[in-house]
Amino acid sequence: MTYRLPPAVGEALTNAWLVGPATVGMLVLIFGPVLAVAVLSFTDYQLGAQGFAWIGLENYTVLFTDPIGQRAVVNTLIYVAIVMPASMILALLVALGVHRVASWNATLAGVLRTAYFMPVAGTLVAMATVWQMLMHPNVGLFNQVLGLTGVPGQEWLSDRGIVLYSLAVIGIWETVGYNMVLFLAGLTAIPEHLYDAAEIDGVRPGWDRFWTVTWPLLGPTTLFVLVVTAARAFRVFETVATLTQGGPGFASDTLVYAMYREGFVYFKAGYASAVTMVFFVFVLTLTLVQFGVLERRVHYR
Amino acid sequence: MISRFRIGPAVALAFLLLGAAFVLLPFFWMLSLSIKPAAEIFAPGIDLFPSRIEWRNYAKAFAEVPLHRFLLNGVVVCAGILVFQIIIAVPCSYALAHRQFGLRWVIFGLVLAGLLVPYHVTAIPVFLGFAEIGLLDTYPALIIPFIASVFGIFLFRQFFATVPAEIIDAARIDGLSETAIVWRIAFPNAWPAVSAFAIFSVVAHWNDLFWPLIAISDPNLATPPRGILFFRDEEAGSDFGPLMAAATVVTAPLVIAFLAAQRKFVQGITMSGLKG
Repeated sequence: MTYRLPPAVGEALTNAWLVGPATVGMLVLIFGPVLAVAVLSFTDYQLGAQGFAWIGLENYTVLFTDPIGQRAVVNTLIYVAIVMPASMILALLVALGVHRVASWNATLAGVLRTAYFMPVAGTLVAMATVWQMLMHPNVGLFNQVLGLTGVPGQEWLSDRGIVLYSLAVIGIWETVGYNMVLFLAGLTAIPEHLYDAAEIDGVRPGWDRFWTVTWPLLGPTTLFVLVVTAARAFRVFETVATLTQGGPGFASDTLVYAMYREGFVYFKAGYASAVTMVFFVFVLTLTLVQFGVLERRVHYR
Repeated sequence: MISRFRIGPAVALAFLLLGAAFVLLPFFWMLSLSIKPAAEIFAPGIDLFPSRIEWRNYAKAFAEVPLHRFLLNGVVVCAGILVFQIIIAVPCSYALAHRQFGLRWVIFGLVLAGLLVPYHVTAIPVFLGFAEIGLLDTYPALIIPFIASVFGIFLFRQFFATVPAEIIDAARIDGLSETAIVWRIAFPNAWPAVSAFAIFSVVAHWNDLFWPLIAISDPNLATPPRGILFFRDEEAGSDFGPLMAAATVVTAPLVIAFLAAQRKFVQGITMSGLKG
């Protein structure tokens, strides 16, 4: 290692002028707060209180042992476990279909693509109020259609046993178009000559061709979509805040909503910080996996 | 055995169209209810279309809550965030890509680490800080937390790295200052990245509920999603026609932008997959 002389003062000032605002911004708005939330999670600090006490891991213990805390963790995991595979499988099927349609009618394929992507462009809170109308127990479209078939209507958003699944349906609806676009990009990148080669080798079109050619080549895309979808699903908040506020009886409580409620409704900053840290660890793990996946994507090329 | 499961193309297309119809159903239902007379909304039976168009729902939506104010707030907040994000990120990205200095890798490391942090994680300390300096319930409270966009810095840096060093050197020899190079050479060259980032940023902040819910309690400062909740929670909220009219008004700008510039829009939004 060689010792470098400090650069000329003018150069140093230029550097400070260029990167200074961004660096200060990152430290004050991102890294400082992350550190602070980690520290707060070991205290009993309440918003507006004069002081606080160190309580070690108690906030975390409560989160994982208290029935309400557990619910938030478990509900979030269930939500992710539903939304992730369902939205991926549907998105892949839609992408395969649209990709095939594109080979004989590009306009129709474009229309389908637009239709499936629409929920991503829609404002989720506004669209959630529409879902509230659709799922309304009396005048909602869903129960009215069920009524026609003689099936009793459901309390989609106020039945403890159903509410989480209703939210998951909205989550899937919101995510399929996004994933479809990623899968379509992956499908388009598969060179045509590989399909020709497979045909010469006796691979029949249809699912046979899908499993021998498309699926393996789509591997990197699939891994990428998996992690992105999971990370998005972990953040579920807008639909919960708009439709259920975590209820009834915490049946649809999730980590980010619990963080909001404990921190900003009940002002339990210490406990909410612990919820935040648990959420952060989940997302961090996923994002690190994602970087690994991206790395692999690069090496495939 | 596998080929037996092959679905005929016609059946596959039918499923695709059916799926698309289901995906579009909420949009259709929102429009339909927004122009339905109240009596028909609450009438039993399924009527996909209203018998007559009830424009009063829209008039009511604007009268019951300051809907125009929510839209204006959305524009101010999104524009404010975007302008500051670019002013702060672009010079930093340029320096990271085209200047040699000791802290370069440290700062780039901070950018990469910052990508790992969802903004929800910073909410509690930022809220405490803002409360301390009396910034809550102001426009700056809605804008400041997002002005240092590590995603923007990362994206622009990757883009600037592809600008040949010769171009930069030539500009330096011509006597341009580094600041002039940033804004007159590098920035215009990065237009594809900037426009994609702009879409990503505006969509994210127009739609965001989490932070406005925390930072704002004054309805006059509410962004569109926050405003929708104010509306819904008022007595007028059980008046479904106007509520759907409000939802339509709030959703329309981005949906129209998406329909007008699909390629760019999809690109801008899917980029966010990179972001933590």
